[in-house]
Amino acid sequence: MSSTFDTVANIIAETCDIPRDTITPDSHAIDDLGIDSLDFLDIAFAIDKAFGIKLPLEQWTQEVNDGKATTEQYFVLKNLCARIDELVAAKAA
Amino acid sequence: MRPEVFKMIDRVVAIDPALNKIHCQGLVPQESSIFEGHFPGHPIMPGVLLIEAMAQTTGWLILARNRFEKMPFLATVKEGKLRTFVVPGQNLDLYSEVLHEGSGFVVARTQGLIEGKLICNAELTFRVLPWPEGKMKAVVLKVAEHVNFPLTDIANA
Repeated sequence: MSSTFDTVANIIAETCDIPRDTITPDSHAIDDLGIDSLDFLDIAFAIDKAFGIKLPLEQWTQEVNDGKATTEQYFVLKNLCARIDELVAAKAA
Repeated sequence: MRPEVFKMIDRVVAIDPALNKIHCQGLVPQESSIFEGHFPGHPIMPGVLLIEAMAQTTGWLILARNRFEKMPFLATVKEGKLRTFVVPGQNLDLYSEVLHEGSGFVVARTQGLIEGKLICNAELTFRVLPWPEGKMKAVVLKVAEHVNFPLTDIANA
């Protein structure tokens, strides 16, 4: 978990020019860090490459738009990292 | 090519069987209203239209990959380089290669050459979205026929 978070936080810091020490596991990528959807494409690209996965952004967006999930479930970083770990584990299985 | 109406591609030359690469061509016309302003007495293809030509090339590749199920929209231009002037009468060879296909987006490396010499390149990101309401998909499919897009081959790929 911690290494996933470090990787994701470093990607966000580098991609969005956000000071690394302001990014915490409880940060909400949109509400706290101010990352917009276009910047999040760059982050998703970097995460996909770093972990060898494909973040299901379309599915997540649909679930949020349909009221079946909240943005916190996917965009608070500790939750995002948990999703990444799940995707990595599923790929390895 | 009719740059005044954003028709930057004359023909799709080839798409590789894995749908990772594409080659298109566009002949810069001798006459176009864009040259009235860019520039008077010194016609040069606007750099933004070279970016557009590379984007359209990549767009055809993305459409091939998703069998026209969704429409790519240009979202990001990175490391765009316009290396030399392009003038009326020159034939652009345009190439694009997918670097990554994510969920709802595609990143590609693209370049334009004239007589084998690199004249422009960029890394482009596209959002890939459901077709808008209306006739856009039908229009794009019609343009596909005009540019010799291999519709049948792609449908059977």
